[in-house]
Amino acid sequence: MSDAVLGTRIALVGNPNSGKTALFNALTGSRQKVANYPGVTVERKEGVVLTPAGRRVSVVDLPGTYSLRARSPDEAVTRDVVLGRLSGESAPEVLVCVADATNLRLVLRLVLELKSVGRPMVLALNMFDIAERQGIRIDLEGLSRALGIAVVTTVAVRRRGLADLLSKVDMLVGGQETAVASWHEPSAAEIRKAHREAEQIMRTYVRPPLRPDTWTGRLDSVLLHPVAGTAILMAILFLMFQAVFSWATPIMDMIDASFAWASQAVTQYVPPGLLQSFIADGLIAGVGSVVVFLPQILILFFFIILLEDFGYMARAAFLMDRLMGVAGLHGRAFIPLLSSFACAIPGIMAARVIDNKRDRLTTILVAPLTTCSARIPVYTLIISAFIPDRLVWGFANLQGLVMFGLYAAGISGALIVAFIVRKLIWRSASEPFLIELPAYKLPDAKNVMRGVLLRGQIFLKRAGTIIASMMVLIWFLSTFPSAPANAAQPAIDYSFAGMIGHFIHPLLAPIGFTWQMAVALIPGMAAREVAVGALGTVYAVSGNVDGTLAATLSHQWPLATALSFLVWYVFAPQCLSTLAVVRRETGGWLWPGVMFTYMLTLAYVASLIVFRLTTVLAG
Amino acid sequence: MRLSDLNKGDRGLVKGIVPEGHDGPGEIGHDELERRLLEMGFVEGAHFHILHEGLVGRDPIALRLDDTRVALRRREARVILIERDTAP
Repeated sequence: MSDAVLGTRIALVGNPNSGKTALFNALTGSRQKVANYPGVTVERKEGVVLTPAGRRVSVVDLPGTYSLRARSPDEAVTRDVVLGRLSGESAPEVLVCVADATNLRLVLRLVLELKSVGRPMVLALNMFDIAERQGIRIDLEGLSRALGIAVVTTVAVRRRGLADLLSKVDMLVGGQETAVASWHEPSAAEIRKAHREAEQIMRTYVRPPLRPDTWTGRLDSVLLHPVAGTAILMAILFLMFQAVFSWATPIMDMIDASFAWASQAVTQYVPPGLLQSFIADGLIAGVGSVVVFLPQILILFFFIILLEDFGYMARAAFLMDRLMGVAGLHGRAFIPLLSSFACAIPGIMAARVIDNKRDRLTTILVAPLTTCSARIPVYTLIISAFIPDRLVWGFANLQGLVMFGLYAAGISGALIVAFIVRKLIWRSASEPFLIELPAYKLPDAKNVMRGVLLRGQIFLKRAGTIIASMMVLIWFLSTFPSAPANAAQPAIDYSFAGMIGHFIHPLLAPIGFTWQMAVALIPGMAAREVAVGALGTVYAVSGNVDGTLAATLSHQWPLATALSFLVWYVFAPQCLSTLAVVRRETGGWLWPGVMFTYMLTLAYVASLIVFRLTTVLAG
Repeated sequence: MRLSDLNKGDRGLVKGIVPEGHDGPGEIGHDELERRLLEMGFVEGAHFHILHEGLVGRDPIALRLDDTRVALRRREARVILIERDTAP
């Protein structure tokens, strides 16, 4: 809808952790839509609210910031929207500055800066109930006079003060007293001056708490303790990934089963042929391969949003900053990377918590190197076929040891690549680590659920469309042209996928791959575990019965080929969905291209070394 | 004294920010760092109390700065001039 239809637009601005999003949710309810700002990957959240005067007002929720000086893409969006610099968008008519009423010092300086923009403004003192409980006394009239703007109190999670806020907005929209816009990037001296002014206002109109929050300090003495805090973080993460794996698995199995049932139904009612194959193997399998990620994404984001709203994420970054710093990564990169052990897709989506663009890109680039759960079927198949099930050194199972080695190779690969990118290519490992540790707050169930559903919706809408169409493409490549009637080889061998496989086989021969493997890699791009089924297809044995396939492979492949294949799967970009999500998250094909190229190179070189070494040693 | 020289439990007063370092290739520059620190509340006269230190190299540090809690690396804390409270 255009501005003309919606009429008035207001924007919510404020420090991070001020309850801005909770206020946005309370105001707009379910009438929200999320899009991306053009050209950048910052989310644009907009909703509609009716004011007491009956005005239809559209509300924009801007990324949290301490200043209009943009330091990250998120903050640049905040600045550009507030100043009306965004093309195709006029500046919002009213700014609503949202403040945590218990933590006013820094936001008052932001209010003074925002005033120089020259827009009508309301200051909403949010979480006012907590301020009252702590015995903070705020002289609202005095504060309003000193700042020269309207001040209201709100409790977003209890929907208190909303009508008051909106009627203030009504008043401001009516009046036309827009001051002269004089905003420019403040110098250090100007920031100091504004701080002193804010300090003065604080001292005059805000009485410090009689019963200050002691819980945050008490919790921090455990949660930030170098040893206990780290142990608790590990326990939380353990629980989180257990949940992602074990809670998601039954639902994922159910989704798999229902999509399998749907294909089955299609094969019963649609006559065999191209249409049947398209619906069952192309369309249904394509949509299924998107939906199957949803449980993991919802569970992971449930934990992430819960921890974020509780105030713990900044603590996790504090605890992990130094360890991640060894690889040139930011403390906040920890959660996205660990999430990638379940699946790189939610991991890459979770990299949004990193403000700095380069830090975020580095994290996204290395995320697919951590061993995701889709590699497990491939690893299990090859290990069971080639690695003897026996004890070494008296206690360690050799198969388990190889599995561990593959995980270790993935982790070290990710850390080394991150190190190389940050230390050698971008050489800017020194993005300052400077974060506020917000007071702990009980997360609000409604806001958490809304956030989780929003993530799921975004995934289905944005990544889902690409993933599904890629799956249809792979179906197309594996199906056309169809096999002749008296075909001696499996049908896939006559298809485009087969042709591509045969075509690239000479390139893969040096790393020990057979042509069947080269062919199987093409449908294997759909998802890593699909390679198991694809190998079954090209070797014309049932891919579902691992026993048969494993036995076939162990006769057909030398050990060197098997190890080379395993190493290939550690590093190779064998997952189109991941590339599709990277495209969505980075807003172009450049970064997926970089990722594809470096992972392919890495995989090829590593497989080559492993294949040659094993051939020499075993031969 | 610099904030980076202090240990857990130390209290004091921010005296200023020295414009130095942080201007290597790809770094944000000392002017930008100074402004970021100011925006987080490291202004002259602010009281601080170092509450926590990280596990490795006692880095980063978490402190109470007037009414807020902030965390930063010692590398950034090096540019912050302070006066330590002597009385406990």
